[in-house]
Amino acid sequence: MDIDAKEYLAPGHRGCAGCGATMAVRLVLKALGSNTVAVSATGCLEVITTPYPETSWEIPWIHVAFENASAVASGVEEALRSQGKEDVNIVVFGGDGGTTDIGMQSLSGAMERQQNIIYVCYDNEAYMNTGIQRSSSTPFGASTTTTPAGTQSFGETKPKKNMAMIMAAHGIPYVATACASYPQDLMNKVKKAAETKGPAYIHILQPCATGWGYDPAKTVKLGKLAVESNSWILYEIDHGKVNITQKPANKIPVVDYLSQQKRFRHLDEKHIQIIQDFVDQQSKELGLLE
Amino acid sequence: MVVKVISSAEAISEAVKLAKPNVIPVYPITPQTKISEKLADYIANGELDANYIRVESEHSAMSAAIGASGTGVRVFTATSSQGLSYMHEIVYAAAGMRMPIVMADANRAISSPINIWNDQQDSLSERDSGWIQIYAETGQEAFDTILQAYKVTENPDICVPTMVCVDGFILTHTVDPVSILTQEEVDSFLPPFKPVNAYLDPADPMSLGTLADPDYYLEIRKDLDDAMQRSLPLIEEVGKEFGDKFGRYYGLLEEYKTEDADIILIAMGSICGTIKEVIDQQRENGVKVGLLRVRVYRPFPKEAIINAVGDAKLAVLDKDISLGSGGALYLDTKSVVSNEVHGFILGLGGRDVTPSDIVEIIEKTESTSSDEIKWIGLRE
Repeated sequence: MDIDAKEYLAPGHRGCAGCGATMAVRLVLKALGSNTVAVSATGCLEVITTPYPETSWEIPWIHVAFENASAVASGVEEALRSQGKEDVNIVVFGGDGGTTDIGMQSLSGAMERQQNIIYVCYDNEAYMNTGIQRSSSTPFGASTTTTPAGTQSFGETKPKKNMAMIMAAHGIPYVATACASYPQDLMNKVKKAAETKGPAYIHILQPCATGWGYDPAKTVKLGKLAVESNSWILYEIDHGKVNITQKPANKIPVVDYLSQQKRFRHLDEKHIQIIQDFVDQQSKELGLLE
Repeated sequence: MVVKVISSAEAISEAVKLAKPNVIPVYPITPQTKISEKLADYIANGELDANYIRVESEHSAMSAAIGASGTGVRVFTATSSQGLSYMHEIVYAAAGMRMPIVMADANRAISSPINIWNDQQDSLSERDSGWIQIYAETGQEAFDTILQAYKVTENPDICVPTMVCVDGFILTHTVDPVSILTQEEVDSFLPPFKPVNAYLDPADPMSLGTLADPDYYLEIRKDLDDAMQRSLPLIEEVGKEFGDKFGRYYGLLEEYKTEDADIILIAMGSICGTIKEVIDQQRENGVKVGLLRVRVYRPFPKEAIINAVGDAKLAVLDKDISLGSGGALYLDTKSVVSNEVHGFILGLGGRDVTPSDIVEIIEKTESTSSDEIKWIGLRE
């Protein structure tokens, strides 16, 4: 695969060591190229990349608020179209809070209206920008600052919202899951999304050293463990057809993924088995397991 | 020029059509819907070439307006009441990001209790947002003001969004003769919008809406306030240019029989028509009363108000209230004049304001103390 040598997200931003969000965004932008406008929801990415008067963005970029990135992108798209600039890629970056919680209404609206935008959710499974609070994308068992593990608590009690399938239910032409630990798979999906006429949604699992509690050198490794344990399944739904794009080379038990992270360290065997059962169930539903 | 007998909602729509916006994101709410429906008709019939975004909320309407305006095109939206409150966060963002958006607000009461009828609580609750606010008295003024608003708001030295406020139902749903300018006339007054400061263009990448820490935020807010202040003389200049071209002149205020007045009523919007009628009657009885109609409420035209009121007793009529304090216009007025100022709250939630209510206000201003804010038309 030819990878654009140009950087569209300049270094020097304020991301934490081992930041998985900027790693993913860098790859997404390389896949899209310079003829792109980016829209960000409020969140880590916006805060770390645009401390006025500096910016990391080498392409046009706009941020307005937390819950409205899809609506802002709708306005950008319609305005560019009204000027005959239909060839410009419009990509939205929202975290899991800005996508699955507070931004879900405007996202649903934009998808239902078939706006020609690429929505990218960088999912680090909690509100990391405000200090690791639980979102609807936080997985079962995770300890966060609002679902802390304690003597009467094992952390988050509910499984994460299945956002990719909610997007697929909108009947949009392209939905995919991805992870920056599989850069070629991610960039292929972004390119497909850009070629798709109409809305596309890509949900990226994004390991976060600060929020998950692991050695910042191991962000890529964590993403691989998530995929190899089937905790995060890489697939696409292209015009209704589901394709698993990356099958685990050596399937590992979820405990090998969970045990690397401080947020799951309190879990006992019973809870780990619940997670394993849940992961197996999802794998079956997607045809990964018999 | 043709004269049409139409509502203010249609008058605004006619003006928007002539201003030729590229993008119109809207969400339905009574009594604004008459505007967005009319604009949809124009597009459906090929009279207006604009991208109309049927967003899923007012919050998204203003968000899409910012996104569109951010690419450097002319944008229009309209709202009312709960819709304006719902978009509140993004109303502030539009001003802070210096997006030259024009929005019509069909003034309507705010919940609770839910009430669809007219007062001005909705837009007055947005007075601190950094939007220019202009209150029209008639459909003709609403039409003319939309066109002037684009000229002011898109000025590269200003770049402050403008809210054109019309009383819900009283103006939006009642008809009056309105002179409609031709496309050639409007084009000669309002050129196409060309952004010069900030815009989204892959050929010239810029970042809009960045984070500003305590080292920068204060200066950026001051810049916005300075731009608001600069807009006052421009609004007057544009109002005069409009008058020179089309014969209808507009300023920051309208002074009606104030020169020799002992009592000056201060009010905004359609109620001023009723007030003028009462003033004419009262003057026949020898009562020296006048009206100062505040057309431009934000930025607040302090100097113009001080110059207009002389040493008359002032009676300020508010179709709104800052609960626990007083009417917004009353509080603003008191902050700039040293006159005796009486505050009156009336017309909330569409309660009818009659000529006898205005007479009562004049009598109370003549004969009672200004210590307490008085509610007019309140049932015992």
